[in-house]
Amino acid sequence: MTPRTQRIIGFVAFAAFVVFVAVLPSFVSDFNAREYSYVAIYLIALLGLNILTGYTGQISLGHGAFMAIGGYTTAILMAGNEQFGGPMAGGLKDVWTLPIAGLVAGLFGLAFGLPALRLSGLYLALATFAIAVAMPSTVKRFAEFSGGGQGIQLFGIPELTGSISNVNVLGRSLSPNDWMYYLAWSIALVMFAGAWLILRGRTGRAFRAVRDSETAAVSSGVSLARYKTLAFGISAAYAGVAGGLFAIASAFVNPDTFPVALSIFLLVGIVVGGLGGLSGLVFGAIFIAFLPLWAQGQDLGSLLPGRIIEETQKPGGPAIVYGVVLILLMFVLPNGVGGLFRRIGQLITNRRYSRSK
Amino acid sequence: MVAAAFSDFMQQVVSGLASGGIYALLALALVIIHRSTGVINFAQGEMATLSTYIAWALIAHHGWRYWPAFVGTLVFSFVGGVGIHRVVIRPVERGSVLRIVIVTIGLLVAINGFVVWEWSGEPQQLQSPFGTETYDIGGVIVAAQDIGTIAVALGIVLLLWGLFQFTKVGLALRAAAVNPEEARLVGVRVTWMLALGWGLAALLGAVAGMLTAPTVGLDPNMMAAVLIYAFAAAVLGGIDSPIGAVVGGLLIGVLLNMLSFLSQYGAFDWFTEELRLPMALLIILGVLLVRPQGIFGKPEVKRV
Repeated sequence: MTPRTQRIIGFVAFAAFVVFVAVLPSFVSDFNAREYSYVAIYLIALLGLNILTGYTGQISLGHGAFMAIGGYTTAILMAGNEQFGGPMAGGLKDVWTLPIAGLVAGLFGLAFGLPALRLSGLYLALATFAIAVAMPSTVKRFAEFSGGGQGIQLFGIPELTGSISNVNVLGRSLSPNDWMYYLAWSIALVMFAGAWLILRGRTGRAFRAVRDSETAAVSSGVSLARYKTLAFGISAAYAGVAGGLFAIASAFVNPDTFPVALSIFLLVGIVVGGLGGLSGLVFGAIFIAFLPLWAQGQDLGSLLPGRIIEETQKPGGPAIVYGVVLILLMFVLPNGVGGLFRRIGQLITNRRYSRSK
Repeated sequence: MVAAAFSDFMQQVVSGLASGGIYALLALALVIIHRSTGVINFAQGEMATLSTYIAWALIAHHGWRYWPAFVGTLVFSFVGGVGIHRVVIRPVERGSVLRIVIVTIGLLVAINGFVVWEWSGEPQQLQSPFGTETYDIGGVIVAAQDIGTIAVALGIVLLLWGLFQFTKVGLALRAAAVNPEEARLVGVRVTWMLALGWGLAALLGAVAGMLTAPTVGLDPNMMAAVLIYAFAAAVLGGIDSPIGAVVGGLLIGVLLNMLSFLSQYGAFDWFTEELRLPMALLIILGVLLVRPQGIFGKPEVKRV
């Protein structure tokens, strides 16, 4: 396959996916539409994390914390806070809070990117893990700002969000679930295209150069400091938008909305989806949205003996399945589902080339 | 007033040393694994929790006395640690950092799930082997639990030091960690040495867990915060330095208690209990920025 045909196939696949996403709600129940909107939210966060980890080679175990920053930004801008005036008096419509959520989280990402320049590999994993663990108690500490352990409710302001009551969009009345679905997926698809644009050009090449060899990148004139912090900023901005959407979709935020487990799931998502690829991330997003349900044996009733299903439905059972599946995935699919597809593609093209000779 | 403040201060120091001793044990476990296999084990805390639950189950369900249960748990943990290395870690050891991180995180999730599944998430009470008495030493009230914790932690550290320094196995362990290829050439069975390192780390974790449970209560997430303090301790002392881990652990334990103490007396009044964990994060970041090799570590030199 020449790069040209590859690109055409890519465009066709993307267009087909957009159509699929657009018509899906007509075929599934209203409740499922809400479930699928979480897939889009995870997809946005995964796109961001993959720019950082998959393309630039910087591990983050703390992206849930950047989602939390985005989520709290959205919630505060919508629900407001009596003690603060100005933009923090609230009343902003949900959609308009999202760019701000991305911006605020992106700034935090840039700020953390600076110290992170000194860290690599496992140390970075460790420092970012500590951020994820410290986030809930930090949020509780600044209770006057964040509502403390109770968090911030968005149920009381239906006029600001379509996530609670029906809204009219372009003359059509959408149920809250459908509205959430279309909002999340249209943002996800735009941000997918955005990530593709960032990564195909000069910036993307610089990111990959940093990932593959820092020494080689520096000697070719790539500024490590500039591109590593940039990757952190972009990545955190994606996470911030995802966090804002998460807050809108669940109509509240509290410290437990963004637990350590979320950060872990995100890393798992990009590994399942395949590092350094974009389309595989859809599978990563589906994996983290639905594996907790599959792990409870909900859809496996006919495949496994009832006794095993019973056992996995006890509390803790799903986590065991989840952990074991993760470890096994690392053994059999080290490059994720995306890597598997690439591998199959390579096998086919290799065969064609050797035959044509 | 001054005398009262002084005895308060000393009490905080002693209890800081006690919790610091626990951080030191877990930090030591992290250091041993990092030195030998270059892995940071995110599951170290959950492994310790599992061990502690086993000690509790032996005592509460099977009628064992405390110390036999203690020893039994150590044996189990050691064997378990060796097993985890052989079965789960070895296949990915040479892979990318990310694969190793994910595997240890998979372990974390699975072990945590297992603990909840087997013993439910209900908090349990593990008895303290040292009783609940307090002693008055020159006006300073000291809990037997704290003294016992410090003694056990120091004892274990000394035993371990003896093992590494004065035995043939210890020499082989160090050789395998420093230079696996050459160690193999002179007949050290490197993979078994690495597994042994994991066993020792699991054993240290078990002791840390059994010392933690009586004060904070036994529950499935008991070690999550302790693990972060241990990370901070290991980074502070130098992630490759066993002495550093011990000193770092004690320092962090005392430092955090000092902040609580000072905030009670008006200084640093912004400091509340919720900020203990974020403080550990700040220590980690601060050390990595100012002196990435830690207090006792040697700077890392990379060959291009």
